[in-house]
Amino acid sequence: MSTEEEKGVHGRAEEFLQIFKKGAEFTHELMKENERLRFRVMELEAAQQEWSGAAEAEKEKGKLLKRIYELEMEKEEILGHIRQVEAENQNFALRYVEIEQENNNLANLYIASYQLHSTLDSKEVLQIIIEIIINLIGGEEFALMLLDEKANELQAVSTEGIAREDVPAVKIGVGIIGQVAKTGENYFVEDVLSYVPDLQNPMVCIPLKIKEHVIGVLVIYKLLVQKSSFTELDYELFTLLAGHAATAVFSSRLYSDSERKLTTIQGFLDLLTK
Amino acid sequence: MPEYKVLIVEDSPTMRQLISFALKRLHGIRIIEASDGVDGLKKLSAEKFDLIFTDINMPIMDGLKLVSLVRNDASYKGTPIVVITTEGAQEDRERALALGANDYITKPIQPNKILDLARNLLNIA
Repeated sequence: MSTEEEKGVHGRAEEFLQIFKKGAEFTHELMKENERLRFRVMELEAAQQEWSGAAEAEKEKGKLLKRIYELEMEKEEILGHIRQVEAENQNFALRYVEIEQENNNLANLYIASYQLHSTLDSKEVLQIIIEIIINLIGGEEFALMLLDEKANELQAVSTEGIAREDVPAVKIGVGIIGQVAKTGENYFVEDVLSYVPDLQNPMVCIPLKIKEHVIGVLVIYKLLVQKSSFTELDYELFTLLAGHAATAVFSSRLYSDSERKLTTIQGFLDLLTK
Repeated sequence: MPEYKVLIVEDSPTMRQLISFALKRLHGIRIIEASDGVDGLKKLSAEKFDLIFTDINMPIMDGLKLVSLVRNDASYKGTPIVVITTEGAQEDRERALALGANDYITKPIQPNKILDLARNLLNIA
């Protein structure tokens, strides 16, 4: 090969090398650009994913808020039920106390009635009336006055806390006691605490009646220290005493009379048959 | 269920019935009644009681004497005694407590108070 031809080959080789270098540089740049674009695609993909996650979270948040609201409503409803049950419980407790009290009252009334009719002995009947007034009503000073129909006056037959002789006889229609015997209406002073004991003006005066017929009165002058007023039960007991004590006293008296008459008749029969 | 025996020493039948009626509302209670202190002592010597209610003013033997005799009896040293008094009779009440009574109730009797006392002294829930 001639020198000229050699130079030509070298020149082309040089040229080719230059072209190859440029091609390599271009390829390198292309690869870099490709890398950059891939990175960008990844960035965009991540951003897109993030954005769709946030939308999902927003949706979830909405759902949760709705659930919270529902639970709040449910809680309010349950609290309402609890309040209602509590109020009902309180009502039941109050009702229980009332029933308990009523039960006690009925037991007391039953005992009083049972005791009043447990005997036909007039002294025992009077004693039972006194016991009822002391133990169930809480009377400290009182008198039981019976009507003497011949004298038309009330006379004390049994007393507690005061001497029987100290209780004056009372004509029917005279004074508070006489008026109670005449009308058959109960009498109570308005203010028990400020009442001053007075044998003519009692604290309480209850007529003992068989139907409308008054056979005597119960007169109370003083209550036990701890008793500052009358309860519902006391009024019930007064009503019960007005009727049951009257029939108990009346029947025991009839029984005593019939016993006495029977003894007299038996005496006559014994005399006749001797 | 355990059975508790309660002795009521009281001369008034009304009071006896009243206390007895209230106590019967407790389950497992057997009630024995005595009309005075001597009768009460007889019943106490015949069987063992878990609680005694006694009035103070009674014929033959009063409640104070009964409390004193019961407390001096070794077999009844720990048995609770409740005396029945009137609010005004503070001296009697104090004497009864000094003699060994555990508690007292005053007239007019409240059934609830009897029940509360019995529950408390017999340790019934």
